[in-house]
Amino acid sequence: MKEIMVVAEHRRGELRDVTWEMLSKGRDLVERIGAELSVAILGKGVSPMVDLLKPKAHRVLLVEDDLLENYNSETYEKVLTQIITDRKPYLTLIGHTATGMDFAPALAAHLKIPLATDCIGIEPEGESFLLTRQLYGGKVNAQVSFQKKGPFMITVRSGAFPAIEKDPLPGEILPILSSISGEGLAKRFLQYVEAAVGEVDITQADILVSIGRGIKDAENIPMVKELADLLGGALSCSRPVVDKKWLPKDRQVGTSGKTVKPKVYIAIGISGAFQHVAGMKGAGTVIAINKDPKAPIFSVAKYGIVADLFKIVPLIKDKIKELKKTKS
Amino acid sequence: MNIIVCIKRVPETADADVIIDKSGKDIEKGGLAFDLNEWDSYAIEEAILLKEKLGGTVTVLSMGGEESNESLRKCLAMGADEAIRLTDPAFEGSDGYVTARILSEVIRKLPYDLILTGTQAEDDGYGQVGVALAEILGIPHASVVNRIEVQDNKVKVHRELEGGLEEVFEIDLPAVLTIQTGINEPRYVSIMGIRKVAKKEIKAYGASDLNLSPQEVGVSGSDIRLEKIFLPPVGEGAEMLEGKPEEIATKVFEILKDKGGLV
Ligand SMILES: Cc1cc2nc3c(=O)[nH]c(=O)nc-3n(C[C@H](O)[C@H](O)[C@H](O)COP(=O)(O)OP(=O)(O)OC[C@H]3O[C@@H](n4cnc5c(N)ncnc54)[C@H](O)[C@@H]3O)c2cc1C
Ligand SMILES: Nc1ncnc2c1ncn2[C@@H]1O[C@H](COP(=O)(O)O)[C@@H](O)[C@H]1O
Repeated sequence: MKEIMVVAEHRRGELRDVTWEMLSKGRDLVERIGAELSVAILGKGVSPMVDLLKPKAHRVLLVEDDLLENYNSETYEKVLTQIITDRKPYLTLIGHTATGMDFAPALAAHLKIPLATDCIGIEPEGESFLLTRQLYGGKVNAQVSFQKKGPFMITVRSGAFPAIEKDPLPGEILPILSSISGEGLAKRFLQYVEAAVGEVDITQADILVSIGRGIKDAENIPMVKELADLLGGALSCSRPVVDKKWLPKDRQVGTSGKTVKPKVYIAIGISGAFQHVAGMKGAGTVIAINKDPKAPIFSVAKYGIVADLFKIVPLIKDKIKELKKTKS
Repeated sequence: MNIIVCIKRVPETADADVIIDKSGKDIEKGGLAFDLNEWDSYAIEEAILLKEKLGGTVTVLSMGGEESNESLRKCLAMGADEAIRLTDPAFEGSDGYVTARILSEVIRKLPYDLILTGTQAEDDGYGQVGVALAEILGIPHASVVNRIEVQDNKVKVHRELEGGLEEVFEIDLPAVLTIQTGINEPRYVSIMGIRKVAKKEIKAYGASDLNLSPQEVGVSGSDIRLEKIFLPPVGEGAEMLEGKPEEIATKVFEILKDKGGLV
């Protein structure tokens, strides 16, 4: 029987959400094309995670090795090459994450398997799949297809597929002996470095006023900061604002920054790239201000305002000041 | 230290009104401004910083049409020594793997200790070319790199993970590193700076120069085919606030009051 294989992503003893999302999508696909679902987990001392994975797949391919204690693209590539060569899964699913981006393109190139990256839609189509991915920071969607026959490889965007609970699968555990050796590795893991802790914890704020590249210049920041102050909220931002050193890293919302769930999130001059949205889509009410009516941020917003931020933000501030006064 | 940097010229779409063209497979590029891919501007800056510290050369490569010379010149003005453009009608429609393949063919002819690419291109967003390139060349790599320290024939790199956590690796050279934004502050290039390098030769190589047959490149050589593009539904779930700016401001105030944003 055909096999769809998910490569489990985990870090420091914890499975990452994208793993559940891939397993859920994988389950949907195997049911539709008549295949079986397996999940490969590579690591050291991963049995607690194996217990969690068991009910999600027909098979757990378990590779335990001291050398797999920490993720390393080089060891991952070797082990996965071995597994894929042996088992020939029809489709391999990998997260389009900092980890998946680091090994999937090399693994696919090595095995000469077609790879479609960062997919947000996967539909079976005859003997192949039709995929949806995004171009231009999410402003354009593309439908892409594979030109070769399977096996295929796809990296999946985090958050693109919901993790849906279904009745358990057998989860037969299949231990696999890895043939890697520590000798001659050209890439060696040294350590983790924790994210720096800042003075303001934006994850605790009820109201976040968040700025993006649309703010144009550091000197425009106080204008928006005042809005945050008026609302008793905190100021956060998208990545380019941090890259330009206009605000410290601890203010950054998104995959490589913080995940926030405030009551109100006001996105000002932020386009809404998925790496940003991943960090704020759990917010209660999202208000987006952007001069571009096609900005992807409007897809996650509850309220949208198409306007020049430099015109509208001062007016909003005035209104708040005025109405606050009449109230008191 | 000889460094190669792969760069791409991309349209600036964040602020622009994006329209799908007649082919249904591309956007209308006519009215758009173009620039060096954001991630690549950090990659070229990093290469020049390393050169300034350690000596050596920086060579920039780009696969693209004549217009790509503009971005290559920007890199020369920033301090790169040489620029090479890979160009051939047959290259058009190359997917991520084939792009890496084409780049690898010219890189094989050059001396190098380190290759830098961007983490992703703003247009196609594959996040694939750099890592595939390393595999094709048979050298190690690290992606999403936000710090580099060169130590003799190795580099110590920090990889940026989710939540701002970093992973530190030691990698033997030569290697490919895909660079994340924020690793440095790309220098400003003045018009004068660009003028100074206006006459500098940019070598151009086509498929035959690289011993690539037209069948292995472009659409025919690619495993991934773009069928069509379309504009995603935007703002379907959003209530758009319209009216005079003052009215919008009042509505925002009401919403904030309602959602507990005003205490
Ligand atoms: C591995 C990886 C991790 C990443 N992690 C993150 C992350 O954690 N967080 C994050 O934010 N990004 C992250 N990114 C970057 C992400 O892909 C985008 O590049 C980034 O989010 C874009 O930021 P932006 O929306 O501020 O800028 P842009 O995309 O340039 O958008 C600017 C917006 O401002 C609008 N605008 C301009 N002027 C005005 C005006 N006067 N009034 C109103 N609107 C205006 C424009 O219409 C546009 O929509 C990551 C990328 C990678 C590859
Ligand atoms: N046509 C190209 N010419 C040169 N380098 C490229 C080209 N396409 C992609 N790259 C490099 O590969 C990186 C990642 O691109 P991508 O995999 O397309 O997201 C870019 O930041 C560039 O450094």
